Parts: sequence; structure tokens; C-alpha cells
Amino acid sequence: MNPLKIIKNGVITENPTLVQCIGLCPTLATSTSAANGIGMGIAATAVLVGSNVAIAAIRKFVPDEIRIPIFIVLIAGFVTVIQLLISGFFPDLDKSLGIFIPLIVVNCIILARAEAFAFKNGALDSMFDGIGMGLGFTIALTAIGMFRELLGSGMVFGVKLTPAGFQPGLLVILPPGGFITLGIFMGLFRRYQDWKSSRQGRPAPAHAAGCSGCAMSGQCGAAAKGGADR
Amino acid sequence: MSLLWIFLGSIFVNNIILSRFLGNCPFLGVSTNGETARGMGVAVIFVLVLAAIMTWLAYYRVLVPLHMEYLYTLSFILIIAALVQFVELALKKINPALYKSLGIFLPLITTNCAVLGVAVINMNEGYGLLASIVNALGSSIGFLLAIVLMAGIRERIDRNAGIPKCLRGLPIALVTAGLMSIAFMGFAGIIK
Repeated sequence: MNPLKIIKNGVITENPTLVQCIGLCPTLATSTSAANGIGMGIAATAVLVGSNVAIAAIRKFVPDEIRIPIFIVLIAGFVTVIQLLISGFFPDLDKSLGIFIPLIVVNCIILARAEAFAFKNGALDSMFDGIGMGLGFTIALTAIGMFRELLGSGMVFGVKLTPAGFQPGLLVILPPGGFITLGIFMGLFRRYQDWKSSRQGRPAPAHAAGCSGCAMSGQCGAAAKGGADR
Repeated sequence: MSLLWIFLGSIFVNNIILSRFLGNCPFLGVSTNGETARGMGVAVIFVLVLAAIMTWLAYYRVLVPLHMEYLYTLSFILIIAALVQFVELALKKINPALYKSLGIFLPLITTNCAVLGVAVINMNEGYGLLASIVNALGSSIGFLLAIVLMAGIRERIDRNAGIPKCLRGLPIALVTAGLMSIAFMGFAGIIK
């Protein structure tokens, strides 16, 4: 497959945050500033690329029934490596991301890509898929982080951009702002997708509802019962 | 007294979904009707408390004596995955009726970040076994509370034709969660 196409698929067509709507917990929690968003995005991308390549490389030897535990152990290994690197080289980032670094293990994006892509494709394609999905996640996180930082503290990447009279709205940085900003971003992205497909004369795409993009949705009754697309 | 504060704090002040951002996938995915939301909430209470006990034992009885604390991510997720499988098998054998109502949610819980998240919070806060159990119980009751409230609101929202098309479903649910989170911020003063 064409690497550029795979990367574009991750960044726009199947953007993990805005289209597939998975990995929302780290998105909400770490998009309080643009720098945190980039840090989280890069950490998750590194784990994603590593686990995708490793899983694609061993996929022929992995029995189908126990693939999920094997994926989880592999991912946890990569997360531990990244965790030690971050706490060694970027202690400030380590402090601001907090428990969300170990929680990359349960970030649905990584397990979902292992299931949906790496287990079925070669190592090189899987690497590009990891880069694309990771980039899509990083861009979404950084955009949301920049927006929240600008409104919440008047700064972007720690540089003051607003005029002196600007009164920052602290609420945007607090948890409620995370939910509301992500909701609005997701709505706008859906509007853009609908507009684009109507201009090209295609029917509007079906939008993900809740956990239907999750890696476990195949075996999980809850997704079929309550979280299915409507 | 401090156990009571941990309990109340983890339900209301540091609500696991609305202020700690853990377990958002099931919160948004399984909250489209009240009955499934309740089932999910009860299953989470069950697994979270068990996982808190197991991970506490593993950390303080195995990893700390062996000086391998850095392996906690790997061992916690393995314990949780094995525990969920075990609970599923045991429930199927012992109580098929309960398995029927909770069983479908169990695979989802393995990758629910709330379970691993609470285990890591217990470890970071240095809670003892009892405090860990109380924190896990409070957090999961907070999860049940939030998901049931959300399901009640969403059952009405989904019938509202006035919502712009692009905001229907998940985006409006996120905005709703934001408003709920503002309401929960009102509890912030009750614990010093």
C-alpha cells in the first residue's frame, strides 16, 4: 500500500480522536495546554509505532484465541520503556501528564490498531499506520490544547497572545472545558466531513457512537447493545 | 474519619469521570439507555474493588520486596486482564443469572482505564489496603452515578429534534458531560 495514503487515512479519514472517537480519556485530560498535548501525542505515537511493528512481525505465530493478552503485554512493555524515558529526560512533562503515561497501555487507539491493522498487515505498512494514527492523535490533541490554553490563560505554548485587557476564562482549562471543547471540535469535524462528501456527491459518512470504535467491540456485548451506531 | 473523606471525595469531588477523566469510553458508549448503564456501573464496581485488592497485594507483597516497582504497569494490566477472565468464568459457573446481566460488560472492562487508573492512583497516594478498597468503592460508585445520570439525560436528548445534525450523538453527549462536570464542581468545597 502507498505509505502516504496510509498516513493520510490516520490523520484525516479515520482520525482516531475526531472520527473514530477512541482514546478520549487522555484527550480530555492532557489537552489543558498545547505543550501537554504534543507531549502526550508523541508518547502515544512512539508506543503505537513500536507495538504495531512488533505485532505485525509476530502475527503469524500468535494463536487467535489469546491474541488480546499477548497484545496487552507487548504494549505494556513499550509503555514501561517510554515511561522510564520520559521520567528520566522530561521530568516536567512527567509531572503534568501524571497517571496518563502508564494509562497509555489501556488507550483504545493502540489496541484498536493492533486488532484492526497490525494483526492483518506487514510490518512496514503497520509502521506507517502507527505514524499516521499517532500523528492524527497528536494533531487533534495539540489543536484542542492550543484552543483551551488560548481561552483559559491567554497563551499558546506559553507565549502571551492576547491583549492586556483579556480576561482568561479559567473554566476552559478545568475539566468541564475539556468536555465542551472536545464536543464542539468533534461536531465541527463532522460538519466538515458531511460538507466534503456532499460536494463530492457521496452519501454522508456514518458517525461513530461511543465505544463502537473500540478494539473490544467485536467480543463485547455492551457495544452491540448500547453503543452501536444508530 | 479520613476513610469517610476518601469515600465521599472519590464519589463527588474527584468523580472518576467528570473530574479525573477515567473510563470515558464506556461512559459515552454505553449510556444510551438506563438499563445497560446500570449494568455497566454495577460490573465496574465489582471489578474495580477486586482489582484494587489484587493490585495492592501484588505491589506491596511482591514488587516492593523484590525492588521491581518499575514493572507496575506491566503487572497491573496483566493482573486486571487475568482477573476479568477469571471473574467471567467464575460468574458463569456460580451464578448464571448474574452472568447474563453483567457478563457482556466484562471484556470491555479489561481495557477500561478506570480500573488501571484507580490502581495507579492508590499506589501514588500510598493508600493502605483498607483505604485502597474504600477509594475503589467510592470511585466506582461515582462511575455508576455519573453513567446513570448521563443515560437519563441522553434518553431525552436523543429525541430532541432541535439539535443541529452535526452535533447529534457523541458531540452533544460530550457537551452534556461538560455541564454535568460544572455541576459536580459545586462539591469541591465540601472536603478540605
